[in-house]
Amino acid sequence: MSDRNRRTSAEPAWPAAIHDVLKSRGVRQVAYVPDAGHRRLIELCHADRSLVTVPLTSEEQGIGLAAGAWLGGQRAVLLTQSSGVGNCVNAFTLGSNCGFPLLLVVTMRGEWGEFNPWQIPMGQAVEPVLHASGVRSFRLERPEDAAATVDAAAGLAFDGYAMAAVLVSQKMLGAKSFAGAR
Amino acid sequence: MSAPLDRRAVVAALLERRETLLVVAGLGSPAWDCAAAGDHPLTFPLWGAMGSASMIGMGLALAQPERRVLVITGDGEMLMGLGSLATIGAQRPRNLALVVLDNERYGETGMQETHTAHGVDLAAVAQACGFPVARRVSAPVEIAPMRGAVLEASGPLFFQVKVGAGASAPALPPRDGGYLKQRFREALLGSDALR
Repeated sequence: MSDRNRRTSAEPAWPAAIHDVLKSRGVRQVAYVPDAGHRRLIELCHADRSLVTVPLTSEEQGIGLAAGAWLGGQRAVLLTQSSGVGNCVNAFTLGSNCGFPLLLVVTMRGEWGEFNPWQIPMGQAVEPVLHASGVRSFRLERPEDAAATVDAAAGLAFDGYAMAAVLVSQKMLGAKSFAGAR
Repeated sequence: MSAPLDRRAVVAALLERRETLLVVAGLGSPAWDCAAAGDHPLTFPLWGAMGSASMIGMGLALAQPERRVLVITGDGEMLMGLGSLATIGAQRPRNLALVVLDNERYGETGMQETHTAHGVDLAAVAQACGFPVARRVSAPVEIAPMRGAVLEASGPLFFQVKVGAGASAPALPPRDGGYLKQRFREALLGSDALR
């Protein structure tokens, strides 16, 4: 087996499970600011010609994009790291005030085993900030729960006309480490 | 140098016989200008979320590739969402046009100068971000060609329209966000709006 195949077979299954749920829930626009935790899901979305992928320069752009998509009859999702949640706060008025559905999948930093102290303040603030902004959150701690958790959040968003975020825990993703560089 | 353009006249010209055009209006004076031209279910005026207008336009443009989408906003609102120009420039939605009514002022907060009063060139930023059309508009004779481009040219398009700083009479659109969203969807999507 080549190195490439070996690496592919080692990919975790949960990003593909989330991709499947996004498809079954009719999501057409996938906006993201890259994060290592979203790497595989971003690759899957780019490879899927039925999805429009929209790389952003800042996360709040995805809230506007999702509102515009809904105005036009499409569903969108925003993939972001936890630090990006802070960038979105003022734009959340589109959901709480207008009733635009919003689905976020947030890969967490600043919690389980975080080595970078600069990630901790926003990581710890994600849930209070989301809840204060009217966004419901669902924690995803185990890979085997990925499909059900994202599906539940998508139901709340698109059927319930609400804002919902799935928080993918750092414990599940594996804490980033620069130990080898020291 | 000609007199600055009248923002109400510019917007009225853009929205006259608008037919299937979809419009997003940035908060403050641009939303009032659109209301003065005639409130319309296919105009989505913002009362908040400053900096979001152009991205709402892009989400709409991607969802409705057969329709023309026009974002009318102000220089302060565009400056807050400046990174959106990079995102739109990279995505290149062909059916999206941004018209920035540039009076070099924050009109709702006391007419403080924006960065465009200090040399920041929004059209040059849009051009550098890859917009195939990024022009400054400052003469009445340029308005009709701008309208023609908004309706037909391959985008994304960016027009920085230099307008006077004088205040216009208030003309307020509805401000119930749920109503604004749903009337837009019903007018565009018909019965699918309730799915």
